[in-house]
Amino acid sequence: MKIAVCVSHVPDTATRIKIAGDQKSIDPAGVSFVLNPYDEIAVEEALKTKEKFGGEVVVVSIGGDQVKETIRKSLAMGVDEGVHLKTDEALDSFAVAQALADEIKSSGCELVFMGKQSVDYDNGTVGQLTAELLGYNSIAVCVTFQLEGTTVTAEREIEGGKEVVETSLPCIITAQKGLNEPRYASLKGIMTAKKKVIQEKLLGAKPVRVENLLLKMPIAKNPGRILGSDSSAVAELVKLLHEEAKVI
Amino acid sequence: MEKKILALLEQREGKIKKSSFETLALAEHLAVSLEMTVDAAVIGDKIENTSDVFSFCNCNLVHFTHADLQLYSSSAYKKIVVEYAAKQGYEIILLSNTSLGKDLAPRIAIGLNAGLVSDCTALDLNGKEIIVTRPVYAGKALQQVKLSSEVKIYSLRPNVFKAVLLEKKAEEKISTVAVENPDLTNRVKKIIRSEGKLDVAEADIIVSGGRGVKGPEHFTLIEELAQQLGAAVGASRAVVDAGWRPHEEQVGQTGKTVSPSLYIACGISGAIQHLAGMSSSKYIVAINKDKDAPIFTVADYGIAGDLFEILPVLTEEIKKLKS
Repeated sequence: MKIAVCVSHVPDTATRIKIAGDQKSIDPAGVSFVLNPYDEIAVEEALKTKEKFGGEVVVVSIGGDQVKETIRKSLAMGVDEGVHLKTDEALDSFAVAQALADEIKSSGCELVFMGKQSVDYDNGTVGQLTAELLGYNSIAVCVTFQLEGTTVTAEREIEGGKEVVETSLPCIITAQKGLNEPRYASLKGIMTAKKKVIQEKLLGAKPVRVENLLLKMPIAKNPGRILGSDSSAVAELVKLLHEEAKVI
Repeated sequence: MEKKILALLEQREGKIKKSSFETLALAEHLAVSLEMTVDAAVIGDKIENTSDVFSFCNCNLVHFTHADLQLYSSSAYKKIVVEYAAKQGYEIILLSNTSLGKDLAPRIAIGLNAGLVSDCTALDLNGKEIIVTRPVYAGKALQQVKLSSEVKIYSLRPNVFKAVLLEKKAEEKISTVAVENPDLTNRVKKIIRSEGKLDVAEADIIVSGGRGVKGPEHFTLIEELAQQLGAAVGASRAVVDAGWRPHEEQVGQTGKTVSPSLYIACGISGAIQHLAGMSSSKYIVAINKDKDAPIFTVADYGIAGDLFEILPVLTEEIKKLKS
């Protein structure tokens, strides 16, 4: 079975961000970029599935040359080959989904993993958009995944519990924290990854539906009051919450 | 043709959710401002509180019923909404960005060739144009966007838009459509409930614990306070990664982004990825030994002291207040 895993290259969650001069994007200076944490879980699940059923795993990523770093990281974890859909344009979720759908269709992968969202734009829509474009089934925000024959069963997280969902291949699974513990790339993996092929394909212009107007920082909160340093401050805290904030 | 808005509602266990009333109130507001009319739709078997819809919005409610549709099915729900919306020609579709809404919205966007903005926290009008604000980087920044597509779908972050009541309840206009042969290729077989636990994503009050709690066994202090307040228990990434708490309680950039009325952070220093996930809470209380911890920069009220000494007293005081 040929399995695809789609990954994105995002600012590390520990990074502070600054708005760039265009007021529409972030200033990449001093920002460290990583494999999107949810995509890392997707890579692990793709590798585990391959180890169980055989086949090969191909990683797909979209963006400028810098995304090769993230493709390389996936290869170091054990993915077999990489596809870099190259563009310097800022794409919306629809354009990303269209590009992924085209690539998945031509590669013939019937099982696809990706993170439930990327931690930059936080849309959380690409998995389902891609699946719908392909006519694939999909289950989003999965914390378990099982494949038996062509039947896919997964538990997806909902408010206050989990839904047990059943469907069949071809299928896209989007990964939530809790699905697995991603492995570390071994030294051997890192060395081998250097020799693995990353196929580069130029991405043509894609129509976008979402027009990005502005990126801004949220209004900073005024620092509050420190009421004390021990339990003698509790009575005042309760009074403020009850009478001033009116939240209890 | 008359311009129309569809408010897509959600039921769980036969009750329309609170977040759907927020959706209805926003639909009502847009309809008045843009001179449009509203239809509302809900899918499910038996629904007890359909009458409440008309307290928030003057609309026609369509209830799609089938015994197999009480639980969510992405394939069936998508097909019903796409066919109905295509026939009715809605220009705007609103729904709540709950786990169901998040899952369904992109599917209907493809089916209707529509644009979608997910997780909206504000919809402002610039003339007839809708300008949307949504948090990105888990709230470290805000993005403003507009849709260029003919059909526009907006999914709304729960707990942000107010469920404003109409001055006078609107006339109840409900029609029922029996669904024939729903497409169940993708279906929920069952729901596993986390017994007696309130979800951080839906809670009005959250009490969260971090490294300062010093071990999973001490989370009883957090749980007892949460119980007195009717609050959900949250956790920082550090304690989830350490295995002290389950990941569904994690608040922050790789956990849940929350905006409760009250967020009480106990023993949480306030790493940037945690602050991103909770700083839009209406009121924040921080209890932490280190008075220089970043959590105090977003807190409204703080106690710079030992949570082991403070929390039992706080729990006791709340108990007194409630009785």
